[in-house]
Parts: sequence; structure tokens; C-alpha cells
Amino acid sequence: MKGMSIIVKKICQILAPVIFLFGLYVVAHGHLTPGGGFAGGVIMASSFIFQIIAYGSILPKLRHEEHGLEFLESGAILGFLVIAALGLILSGTSIFFAEFLNKGTAGNLISAGFIPIENIVVGAEVCAGISIIFMALAVFKDEVTK
Amino acid sequence: MEIYLMIMLVLMIMGSIFSLSAKDLLSAVISYGIVGFGLVISFLLLQAPDLAIVQVVVEVVTLIIMIAVIKNTTHEEQKKDFNFSAIIYFAAIAFFAVTFFVVFDKMTGMLTNFGDHFTRMRMATAYINGVHETGAANLVTGIVFDFRAYDTLGEATVLFTAVVGVLTVLRIKGKKDEK
Repeated sequence: MKGMSIIVKKICQILAPVIFLFGLYVVAHGHLTPGGGFAGGVIMASSFIFQIIAYGSILPKLRHEEHGLEFLESGAILGFLVIAALGLILSGTSIFFAEFLNKGTAGNLISAGFIPIENIVVGAEVCAGISIIFMALAVFKDEVTK
Repeated sequence: MEIYLMIMLVLMIMGSIFSLSAKDLLSAVISYGIVGFGLVISFLLLQAPDLAIVQVVVEVVTLIIMIAVIKNTTHEEQKKDFNFSAIIYFAAIAFFAVTFFVVFDKMTGMLTNFGDHFTRMRMATAYINGVHETGAANLVTGIVFDFRAYDTLGEATVLFTAVVGVLTVLRIKGKKDEK
């Protein structure tokens, strides 16, 4: 995939960090405002997709990043299971996904027990997954045309 | 309010019918986008911002991926004739129908009667008191990540399986090159 013109590249440089930051905000405030892990993860992935479309696919760099993202995705889904198992062990009750942290007051940023941690883990998983799918398509096209 | 919703629904139905009958696959995908973005507006009209945020981002990313696939492959629709005989078709249909009805009959016996409002009211009351039980100010996240955490685990696993499938199908050529 070829890159686009200098105007698109410059606007991408300005906008991609803002989009990524907005995704992080949606993930971090998932237990307070509309949104959460799934929506925020897709917003973060769309900033990566934006960059790939604007700059074109540089194959060795993309392959390297794809390996890192595979590691991140597998680790995130493992983390989700670890949180569930920690609830089983630490809470004293024999329930999967049982609450084991302090709930705090509803409305604060640090509250709601393990729900923010689950949001972050699911956000990482969704972001890595969607980015990998798009990167695989971009790499696949370059490998076929070469 | 309801008139806008009806207009959106009619537009969505027209878009999906057009995408079925379109000659070019690219125009089929784009007219299918009408359904997705109409769904976003419908969610906003029904005051469901959580779903609207997810739907608008997923719709944009899906459209980009679908257009990338079509630009990489072909615009033409390919039709294949399967060479199975009619007996196998009927046997498969009968097998699945019988299995489905037997399991369905078993499962519905365990559930409460259709339209039993008491059970539904009890669940709804438990969810609305969720702020005190989970501590999350956003009730939807409280339900998705605490009461229904198994469902969320399943959704995350579905995405993981999709990624593994895409990599398995697409990266065969790349892995041969590396050897």
C-alpha cells in the first residue's frame, strides 16, 4: 500500500495522537461515562489504521509491530482470565469474577473495584485485535503484488 | 421521535435490499454502510450512547476493512454450484431440525413461562441497584463487566478467535517467504 500526499501525512501527524488520547480517555472513564473497553479499544485501533493508510505500509516495520501486537493481544485475554481467577481465590467466596478490591465511592475515577482494570485489559485486547486484522490485510497485499 | 425512527428503519431496509441486488460488490458494501450508520442514528434517538459510540467506530473500521478486501481481490460476485446430491441436503436438514427441536423442547422446560413479569422485574431491580453493589457510576459498564462478565469474556474470545483465523488464512505466503 502506497502512502498519500504530504498534506494528509501532516494532518495525520497532528490528529493521530489526539484520537489515541481520546481512546485512552474513553477506556479510563469507562465506569463513569458512556463507552468502555470495547469502544475505546476500537478508537485507539482506528488511530493506528489512520497512520497506516496515510503513510503506506513499510513491510519490515509492520511485521515487527504485528509480532508485538500479537503478544499484547494474547497477554490481555490471559490477564482477563487472571482477574477472574483472582476473584475466585482472593475474595473468599467460590465465585468466578467475584469482587476482590475495595469499591470506593461511586463517581470517583478510582472506584468500582476491578471494573476499571477489566476495562483497560479489554481495551488493549480490542485495540491489538483490530490493528492486527488491518495490518495483516496491508501486509498480505504487498506480499501478493511483490 | 417515532416518525424519525420509522424513517431511519425504512432507509436501512432499503439499503440492505439494494446491497443484496447490487451488481458491483463495492456498491453493495457501501450501501450496507447505510444500515450501520442508520443504526447509529437509531441508537441516538433511543438514547443509548454506549451502543452508538461502539457502533459508529466499528462501522467505520469494518467499512475500511471491507473496501480494502474488495480493492485487493475483485469487484465481481462469483457464484459456485455445489455438487452435493439432494439426499445429503435433505439428510442434513432433517438431522439438524430433529436435533434442534429435541434440544429446544428440553431447554424450554427449564425456563419460566413466556411473559412471566415477576422474573424480569426481579432481574431489573437487581441491575438498578447495581451502583451500590459494583460501585460503577455507569450502570451499563457495571452490568457488562460485573453481572455479565462471562458474556464479556466470550466476546473477547470471539475477537481473539477472529484474529487467529485471519492470521492463519492470510499469513501462509508470508511464513513461506521467511523460511
